[in-house]
Amino acid sequence: MSPETISADAVIDTVSAVFMVVGALMSLGAAIGLLRFPDLMSRMHAATKPQVLGLFLLLCAVGLQLRTWWVWPVLVVAWIFQLLTVPVSAHMVGRAGYRTKHLHPELLSADELEAVVQQAAGKRGFTDDDE
Amino acid sequence: MMPLVLTITAVVLSLAAAGAIIRIARGPSLLDRVLAADVLLAILGAALCIDMAVNRHLNNLMLLVSISIIGFVGSVTVARFVADRRKQPNES
Repeated sequence: MSPETISADAVIDTVSAVFMVVGALMSLGAAIGLLRFPDLMSRMHAATKPQVLGLFLLLCAVGLQLRTWWVWPVLVVAWIFQLLTVPVSAHMVGRAGYRTKHLHPELLSADELEAVVQQAAGKRGFTDDDE
Repeated sequence: MMPLVLTITAVVLSLAAAGAIIRIARGPSLLDRVLAADVLLAILGAALCIDMAVNRHLNNLMLLVSISIIGFVGSVTVARFVADRRKQPNES
């Protein structure tokens, strides 16, 4: 098959196949990160890969395979919904993890919450961070 | 080409799900398990997306959105009510 006869169909198929494989590899990366990273904060870093970029690539693959224009707004709505909910739950999990000391302080390069917690504890007369 | 892609992604997603399940089983704290369950839901959503792309339908889209709602509500609820019950801190 000479290069001139490559149809747009084959190009779209190839692009969506690449998107699907890369999006699946994002999930594998998250699983490897979950298994190998030492504490909760670094595991949270790995866990966001399939939730945002992986889902983006796979929804793009769906849109490319269906080959109609009207699915794209639906897919964008699904992706934006994921973008709105994932940071909220990650924030809650990270906050609970900080509060219950699920972290190695020596692995942090900067702890910007420490000063705020100390200040709030001093203002309210607490010596420990008992919630 | 699509059967090859389906095989590759099935193997990759199965390995990823196995890793997430190992972390759920082994995870030293409750928050690690919540995080791994969230990743497992994301892997399930990825499998639904690949099914939609390979077979060219949109039947799973509502299921995908409801999976992300379930993951959101689950992790927010557990993170809200988590308490520290470990004997010695920073063991993770």
